[in-house]
Amino acid sequence: MLEIRNLHASVDGQDILRGIDLTVNAGEVHSIMGPNGSGKSTLAQVLAGRDTYEVTAGEVRYEGKNLLEMEPDERACEGLFMAFQYPVEIPGVSTNYFLRAALNARRKFHGLEELDAIDFLELIRDKAALVELDERLMNRGLNEGFSGGEKKRNEIFQMAVLEPKLAILDETDSGLDIDALKIVANGVNKLRDKQRSFIVITHYQRLLNYIVPDFVHVLMSGRIVQSGGKELALELEEKGYGSRETAAASAAP
Amino acid sequence: MTTMQKRADTDAYRERFEEFERQRAAARPAWLVPLRKAAAARFAELGFPTTRDEDWRFTNVSPIADSDFSLPRFKGSELTAKQIEPYTFEGAGTTLVFVNGRFTPELSACPELPTGVQVGGLAAAFRTDVPVVKAHLGHYASYEKNAFTALNTAFVEDGAFVHVGSGRVVEQAIHLLFVSVNNDGPHQAHPRNLIVAEPNSQATIVESHGSIGDARYFTNSVTEVIAGDNAVLDCYKLGRDSDAAFHVDTTQIQLARSSTVTMNTITLGGALVRNNANVVLAGEGGDCTLNGLYMIGGHQHVDNHLRVEHAAPHCNSWEYYKGILNGASRGVFTGRIFVEKGAQKTDAKQTNMSLLLSDQAQVESKPQLEIFADDVKCTHGATIGQIDRDALFYLRSRGMSDKLARSLLVQAFAREITDQIALEPMRARLEEMLLVRLPQGELLRDNS
Repeated sequence: MLEIRNLHASVDGQDILRGIDLTVNAGEVHSIMGPNGSGKSTLAQVLAGRDTYEVTAGEVRYEGKNLLEMEPDERACEGLFMAFQYPVEIPGVSTNYFLRAALNARRKFHGLEELDAIDFLELIRDKAALVELDERLMNRGLNEGFSGGEKKRNEIFQMAVLEPKLAILDETDSGLDIDALKIVANGVNKLRDKQRSFIVITHYQRLLNYIVPDFVHVLMSGRIVQSGGKELALELEEKGYGSRETAAASAAP
Repeated sequence: MTTMQKRADTDAYRERFEEFERQRAAARPAWLVPLRKAAAARFAELGFPTTRDEDWRFTNVSPIADSDFSLPRFKGSELTAKQIEPYTFEGAGTTLVFVNGRFTPELSACPELPTGVQVGGLAAAFRTDVPVVKAHLGHYASYEKNAFTALNTAFVEDGAFVHVGSGRVVEQAIHLLFVSVNNDGPHQAHPRNLIVAEPNSQATIVESHGSIGDARYFTNSVTEVIAGDNAVLDCYKLGRDSDAAFHVDTTQIQLARSSTVTMNTITLGGALVRNNANVVLAGEGGDCTLNGLYMIGGHQHVDNHLRVEHAAPHCNSWEYYKGILNGASRGVFTGRIFVEKGAQKTDAKQTNMSLLLSDQAQVESKPQLEIFADDVKCTHGATIGQIDRDALFYLRSRGMSDKLARSLLVQAFAREITDQIALEPMRARLEEMLLVRLPQGELLRDNS
């Protein structure tokens, strides 16, 4: 599904990612953990196609194609989805319209007929219920005046509607209370299947009690310094990132 | 500009004025003749403003001053209903059509109005010497201070006259439609409108300007709006002049006690457009909202110049102007708010936001607050920016193309103004006009 080889990326001349290697197969859930500034969000944004980051070396293959050559919307149409750490508020664009336009862009890309307003409403009803999102929010400006929790649930709702092949969740758990966290995790778990893959980026181990990953990777200073199973997350929770920091420092050239 | 040059511009207009007096200007009512002469003399003294005048620093009117615009010739009904159709407005009950500034009854539609409401051409009101006209015309828009108002007053001849009697309510919008067409080369027109809303009356007035083909002309319109005690006026200006047109519009609004005036100024056309809105809140508890939106490209230049004078206590004024600029277009916004000494409890708010869609587009934004009272609330804010990159990436990351996402963000930007338009058919019409100007705009119709 996704193969990242020696990925280097920088912003304003400053190296953030310094050689990432990661392989994600169909149906797997990978968690990436790491302290602030380790490059977690940068990795998510580079994969989604944010042009403020410059890829200086390495390659990313997504379903055999060169991901880095694709425009952000092309990546989305090919089944990549990123749930934003900070979803953007866009007054004047209704959530409803936006999501239908996005869904239809993807359907058109795959040669499918576009959904009209009525079919669309039917489709989203169940999906909104999945994350307990008030349907009245759909008629508001996109994320406009949404609470922090509503914004994050809206991200998972969008994911449920767009049905990606690979979903990257960028700190979707940050700032959520336990109830909202459970709703979000439940939304994700309902979408898990043998084909769909997830990269769950998080700062806290807590989320992984609810979304149980197949693999856990520790990102430090732009590199994956340790990988393991779900038990690694618990170990990190207990011991902190301290011991890995020395490992990262000694690994740096 | 030197005095000699100034004389050269105004000389051309003096000759036009003499021609106007000889051939066309009605000598009745008698009070009009000295008014015109005095205004013409004042224009000769003032001359066209230059960029050295603070109020005209960013708008150079020498293309107007240096061109020769003849007085339009009238040959009866010049246009057909079909030709003006693109500019008509289905939401209007009454439509007055003016061709090159002259009222054209054949193209107009004036169903019966409630008693006490008068809507028609100003020339006809002059002929019968309507007392309301004499009582108000030229009493608010100063030809002493403003050269374009002086020029308009010198050539005052026709335009719209709307008089809503005390306590009368006009349910349907009154549309004043000004269409320009070149008959014998570039022409000038000086339409003059007088809108008088007596106490406790209410009306909706739409003034729109359009052209047939790419006509080249200079429209110098002046409108005096007088809102009596407790009157409510909802006004719209819709500028769809040709891209070769020069248009200086001056609207002078006088608000009496507890009256409410809202004006939306929309500019889409014109090579050079200057919209002057001068408001005087003369009575306690007056409420004035001025909203504006312009969307331009190419080498278009649009200057919105607002002057709001709080002369009485407990008045509110809100100004919200937005510009969308593409190509090498240029926008200017000046918002002056004067709060006089006695105007306590004034609440004035001014916002100006501009969205630049190209590297060559430029905006000047200048708020000016002059406050002489000590218990007031006055705020202003201005932003000039480009398409929000975070928002654009968010939309694209869900699969929306760059082109569609950009258009959607422009539509969303305009929405804060369009959503406030109370006259529903006007709002729908305007949204549609914006969509046809946006790439893939037809795909944005469902965003509501």
